[in-house]
Amino acid sequence: MAQMTMIQAITDALRTELKNDDNVLVFGEDVGKNGGVFRATEGLQKEFGENRVFDTPLAESAIGGLSIGLATQGYRPVPEIQFFGFVYEVMDSINGQMARMRYRHGDTHTSPITIRSPFGGGVATPELHADSLEGLMAQQPGLKVVIPSTPYDAKGLLISAIRDNDPVIYLEHMKLYRSFRGEVPEEEYTVELGKADVKREGTDVTIIAYGAMVHASLKAAEELEKNGVNAEVIDLMTVSPIDVDTIVESVKKTNRVVVVQEAQRQAGVASHVVTEIQERAILHLEAPVLRVTAPDTVYPFAAVENEWLPDHKDIIEKVNEVINY
Amino acid sequence: MFQILNEDGKIVNKDDMPDLSDEELKELMKRMVYTRILDQRSIALNRQGRLGFYAPTAGQEASQLGSQFALEQEDFLLPGYRDVPQLIWQGLPLYQAFLFSRGHFHGNQMPENVHALSPQIIIGAQYVQAAGVGLGLRMRGKKNVAVTYTGDGGTSQGDFYEGLNFAGAFNANVIFIVQNNGFAISVPREKQTKAKTLAQKAVAAGIEGIQVDGMDVLAVYAATKDARERAINGEGPTMIETLTYRYGPHTMAGDDPTRYRSADLDTEWEKKDPLVRFRKFLESKKLWSEEEENEVIEKAKEEIKEAIKQADKYPKQKVTDLIEHMYEELPVNLQEQMEEYKEKESK
Repeated sequence: MAQMTMIQAITDALRTELKNDDNVLVFGEDVGKNGGVFRATEGLQKEFGENRVFDTPLAESAIGGLSIGLATQGYRPVPEIQFFGFVYEVMDSINGQMARMRYRHGDTHTSPITIRSPFGGGVATPELHADSLEGLMAQQPGLKVVIPSTPYDAKGLLISAIRDNDPVIYLEHMKLYRSFRGEVPEEEYTVELGKADVKREGTDVTIIAYGAMVHASLKAAEELEKNGVNAEVIDLMTVSPIDVDTIVESVKKTNRVVVVQEAQRQAGVASHVVTEIQERAILHLEAPVLRVTAPDTVYPFAAVENEWLPDHKDIIEKVNEVINY
Repeated sequence: MFQILNEDGKIVNKDDMPDLSDEELKELMKRMVYTRILDQRSIALNRQGRLGFYAPTAGQEASQLGSQFALEQEDFLLPGYRDVPQLIWQGLPLYQAFLFSRGHFHGNQMPENVHALSPQIIIGAQYVQAAGVGLGLRMRGKKNVAVTYTGDGGTSQGDFYEGLNFAGAFNANVIFIVQNNGFAISVPREKQTKAKTLAQKAVAAGIEGIQVDGMDVLAVYAATKDARERAINGEGPTMIETLTYRYGPHTMAGDDPTRYRSADLDTEWEKKDPLVRFRKFLESKKLWSEEEENEVIEKAKEEIKEAIKQADKYPKQKVTDLIEHMYEELPVNLQEQMEEYKEKESK
């Protein structure tokens, strides 16, 4: 076992798959010689050559189109969108094209593409770098959307994403890139897509979260424990499709739920989680399912991020509401 | 404008005359006649409600088939919504083209020997994808090209520029064909850009650009053949603008060209008909006769009739078929919905 940051685990996963499969290609803006703006692809071009890891012109839409075209020639593209706020430029290539490829062609063409992209707040980025736009992608049939929160999950999920024969959006929270280290096996392993992970077992309330909000939820759970409230924390890890079985099992045990996301209330996937719970487990609920989210404004100016982003205190408040309902 | 055959069917440019055998010349004519009949029959079948979405092709035979005739079987085609004829001549069975028109997924299931995507509805998307196909072909060391088509209106899209530029930057094996028929639905080409030609847009990507008489099948063939040679020799992509015209409406979904096109303009372009001039050329070489033409027409009508019957007989789509083709392995939500619809369909 090695101690790695999440970004090191991501690089390790990319290296593993570049080694395993000659068809894996890594490309995007500044991912080659520069090793990526966050060093996620550091050293990969040197190790695997310019035919495997390369820079592209600055145009997201064509990066998407390039991926689709390369996939028709048997490649397994792993393109990068420098910041997910720039996804609007490539919405057609992703949602209008690669997500529909298999269906349109009745399985005679597919898109085994993994799009890596950083997002997430708390690091004072300029405009349209930190926005949580996973909700947009979660609404597109044909895609899977993955958001890891630990170095271990990041490596296993990325290897699974790259090996998946359908398009996967793999979103990397910028605040989690280097904020802590975790144990990561050096050998290859996979973490199954579409499965949630119980990060903390509990009996009184279920907190469902993903991305940076997993850590805020764990912190909240520790504080709540001091007041005698035993919270279970579920990390969704894949936000589309949602792992309903793990969620429902937990709800049946705790009978109370809070869903936490960094995205605005009208965005993200929290509403979808709430709907699934009320359809599948309403008779097990002692209180309404409440959401912790950001307010429905445009992503904040950097100087006001901390007031705007949800944190562990917001989670504790909502948990107390459902406990005292 | 690059031209080989003038309106009277006379060779005006001997130097660039492509090296085609008598048989190949006759085959080109057969395909153009066949495709003109296919267009007439498709419009009629659409009016009878026996076809769905259809974008007329009459007038563009030289542009569509002259370029396709320069391709090899292993080349990769990325057609736009009007480019069904190229797909058919590349090997897509006619009944599948009809199923595409009706909206049946089997119409898009490419046979193994047909290297192509189904007709692209999002104008410009095929251009950025072609850059990727062309790069893939180059990286695989294949002596093949990606060929894609858009119209004059399509040159205003961002993906048009990005596609050309990426293909240039990666020196990808791509031929970009712009079929300039003067109108994007009702909007004349002059309202798309102040640029004097569309071919000159290649300059922005630093790639070769050429403007060709799109009513001259020999010129289109020669330009495509030349672009293909250069691409497979590692000399990069080319953009070809074909000056052409569609005699029919934009699509069969209620477009009426008399609202935006004068009868004079129609007459002017009818004089340039690619079939008329190529027929004259072949007749002057004693390679074509009325009997031969009638044989092609009868054959086309017969095959179209058979293909429509075959399309009629093809099993109807079920929701479970659609679910089946979404992913390699169905995610939980679709597993559930599959069960739901299996039950509905069993009733």
